[in-house]
Amino acid sequence: MTTTAEPTTREFGKSRTRKEDARLITGRTRWTDNITLPGMLHLALVRSPVAHARITGVDADEARALPGVVAVYTAADLGLAEASLPNAWPITPDQKAPAAPPLAVDTVHFAGDGVAVVIARDAATARDATELVVVDYDDLPPVLNMEEALADGATLLHPGLGTNASAHWVFDSGEAGTGGSAKAAIAAAENDPDAIVVRRRFRQQRLIPAFMEPRSVVVDPSGEQLTMWSATQIPHILKTLAAAVTGLPEHKLRVIAPDVGGGFGGKLQVTPEEILVLAASVKLGKPVKWTETRSESLVSAHHGRDQIQDITIAARRDGTVLALDVDLLADMGAYLRLVTSGIPILGAFMFNSIYKFPAYRFACTNVFTSKTPTDAYRGAGRPEATFAIERIMDELAVELGREPLELREQNWIKHEEFPFTTVCGLEYDSGDYEAATAKAKDLLGYDALRSEQQERRDRADPVQLGIGISTFTEMCGLAPSRVLGSLSYGAGGWETASIRVLPFGKVEVVTGSSAHGQGHETAWSQIVADRLGVPFEDIEVLHGDTQISPKGMDTYGSRSLAVGGIAVVKASEKVVAKARTIAAHLLEAAEDDLEFSGGRFGVRGTGKGVTIQEVATATWAAHDLPEGVEPSIDADATFDPGNFSFPHGTHLAAMEVDTETGRVSIRAYVCVDDVGNALNPLLVEGQVHGGLAQGIAQALFEEANHDEQGTLVNGTFVDYTLPSAADLPSFTTDRTETPSTTNPLGVKGVGEAGTIASTPAIVNGVLDAIRHLGVTDVEMPCTPQRVWRAIQAAQGRATQEPPVDTHSPGAGLGSIDPNNPQEEEVQ
Amino acid sequence: MAQVRVTVDGVQYVDEVEPRMLLVYYLRERLGKTGTVVGCDTSNCGACTVALNGRSVKSCAVLAVQVDGGEVTTIEGLARDGQLHPVQKAFTECHALQCGFCTPGMIMQAVDLLGDNPDPDEREVREGIEGNLCRCTGYQNIVRAVQSAAQAMKPGVPAETPATAAGVTP
Repeated sequence: MTTTAEPTTREFGKSRTRKEDARLITGRTRWTDNITLPGMLHLALVRSPVAHARITGVDADEARALPGVVAVYTAADLGLAEASLPNAWPITPDQKAPAAPPLAVDTVHFAGDGVAVVIARDAATARDATELVVVDYDDLPPVLNMEEALADGATLLHPGLGTNASAHWVFDSGEAGTGGSAKAAIAAAENDPDAIVVRRRFRQQRLIPAFMEPRSVVVDPSGEQLTMWSATQIPHILKTLAAAVTGLPEHKLRVIAPDVGGGFGGKLQVTPEEILVLAASVKLGKPVKWTETRSESLVSAHHGRDQIQDITIAARRDGTVLALDVDLLADMGAYLRLVTSGIPILGAFMFNSIYKFPAYRFACTNVFTSKTPTDAYRGAGRPEATFAIERIMDELAVELGREPLELREQNWIKHEEFPFTTVCGLEYDSGDYEAATAKAKDLLGYDALRSEQQERRDRADPVQLGIGISTFTEMCGLAPSRVLGSLSYGAGGWETASIRVLPFGKVEVVTGSSAHGQGHETAWSQIVADRLGVPFEDIEVLHGDTQISPKGMDTYGSRSLAVGGIAVVKASEKVVAKARTIAAHLLEAAEDDLEFSGGRFGVRGTGKGVTIQEVATATWAAHDLPEGVEPSIDADATFDPGNFSFPHGTHLAAMEVDTETGRVSIRAYVCVDDVGNALNPLLVEGQVHGGLAQGIAQALFEEANHDEQGTLVNGTFVDYTLPSAADLPSFTTDRTETPSTTNPLGVKGVGEAGTIASTPAIVNGVLDAIRHLGVTDVEMPCTPQRVWRAIQAAQGRATQEPPVDTHSPGAGLGSIDPNNPQEEEVQ
Repeated sequence: MAQVRVTVDGVQYVDEVEPRMLLVYYLRERLGKTGTVVGCDTSNCGACTVALNGRSVKSCAVLAVQVDGGEVTTIEGLARDGQLHPVQKAFTECHALQCGFCTPGMIMQAVDLLGDNPDPDEREVREGIEGNLCRCTGYQNIVRAVQSAAQAMKPGVPAETPATAAGVTP
């Protein structure tokens, strides 16, 4: 028997540093692009430079003649002309979905759409050869603007569908029986002198997930099972759907997600490139690799957000909200990818947020445009919802002359009212908005900043101060399968875990979650260490390979811990139960007389006992087991959550706006998040930091811009301005802990919280700083140019027409202040 | 083809390379130094940062032939005698990485920064690493790690002393 470390004290709640890091800080990482196989060929795509055109000819003779080029294929050559990438979420029975072949067949529908693939002996030659493939295009008008796309006589992107509208989805609490009619309540409020109706239009700009590791796919066709490595968040879903798309039997495909460098929803996809590499590899009988360039990634990997939101709120003049009506246009881009159509629907039950609306209506029209398809991006529907409600609550406060936090508190669910069934019919299990808000106000010094704000206004300081508020909740832990079924989603929301106790007591934990930076290996080890009483170091977490982890629903939607982690708990319980039977036999005691603690089964009232490691060894030897008991204490569990979990929090941003230049800076950012019990506070804090950065980037820095031809004009990291370290401040983060009551760990979810909450906090803060100048709105991203123009317009001053806003001075320029290169700007 | 003679992580190599080959591809494809990664094609992200003759460079912006006669250190050569570099230690202790893709470049840049400025304040760290993009961490813990490493690297601090939280002198 090997020695094992002493059983650890309780792991839950401990800020463990990560197991994953050892390989990541030394360069021993297994990225997909690191894989090189004997005879491996390289694939590159010929992509359309135009947004919408008929393909009239593809001449690949010159490309084929280039030394090193093995083949040039179109969709037809690969037998994929009739294939279509999957859409797993038909949100309405009559949803219109065009064929989405992995390569365009006769028409390209966005700039970046693949037309052909080149396969060569090395990657550089493949890329060179794509330049030699001559494609003739017969230009068609692009479809760029959602409202124009829905007008009569609009150019149809997919004429066979007869419309550019993919689906219209409505939730009405009056019809659902979960509340009143919002339309009726708003109509009544309009005729009621004691009520007010506020209408606003908000725009969610188009964003790009921009994970740091470019996507990469390798397929090895040798052996019985085809093996695909992919930089994906969803190896299990990819296996199932790649088989479905290509007609390959599902048991003949193995998918591996090795180390994956970030996803943020951007790798929650079944991509054209995965199908193309698979098909080319099978056709040639050779391993094939594709790794994208960054520019290719920005134009062809799916984008996120892109909604126009018409929001109407009705309230009594005393501030009590009466109704909320939401009308959305959501840009699908050119095709429906995996969950494109469902992204706005994930926000449908979140616009009402933490407030007690008696009536609510949500309607969304999904629209095709000739742009890169949209799909999940961190938060997926919920940032959009949270932005709209938190912005409109501020607008209502302005109209009523109320303090915005007080107005929110008047309307939110009080801590003693949980569990609370919302106007959408969701049951919020727990929360304490008062506690989180009180803590956040205290950490920010809210009252003192309000005084300073007034003082700066009074003396017309050129740099004005604003305080932005976002009190948010989100639904995470996707998802109860019955709810997904009721929303016509194409799969369940369960997760699996297996625990294998090895002969000498070390433990392998297999999870169906597929980590790509979150720290599952550390977190799952902490759970199992507590449950089995084995040392943290003795646990290995295995994931991301369908041959090792045959079942799973993968990682997205802040689901890993609240769903996958609970499966680990359930599997651990089964292991202990099986081990208990064998331990009782070994100890010649009754099972009921055993107590299990710290990894040891002890006989109550005696000193006798046996460790779980000793039980594992005895089970493996199987020399002396109870009659009829199998020689295994390994166990599997699959957990389907009964409900979502509902993290919440209060985010406060102290924003400074230079009214002479439009420059915005974050003076302080405080957030108090309630994610339930924190398994590992260090990891929780890391998730919050990263989430904040992405939400702030939406508010201030990022936007995918297209020219009038429909071409993405900022498709590189030069001009798609991810924030650098010099663009961001240090955040003050804290937590309250209101345990979730829907799972045995009391955990909620944290991966998306920062992104969901921070965007409206920043924009509300910018507006709060300059509203007294007459500014009523600034579209995101709130670049210096936009802020400056808004101030000029509000003051009645003329300005020149804006140029195409590909990027604005200050956005993403870090320490370089275009207004004053000498001046320090980071607080 | 052109000849390049270079020492990488303490090992000397002599290779014939295409003149257009970038240093990062030479490291990854010819030497198998896959710890250094490619994150963009415009030299903005810094994921490929290595040390060339003691100064950080983005290895996607250097041709392999340019390093002829030079010495390159990658993330794989940073630890010495089985001991992690203090910056590596500080990154894990401060949870300064999540997916880890930017980490090799970020660590190499942080080492370079601390060579120039052994005791940077927060703002100096933020400016010193602004050529390296990270999408996961929001940079806060990276800044903390660099400052923590600075403390651990101060003269007189024993090499085996673990780096501690930001600003705390061991």
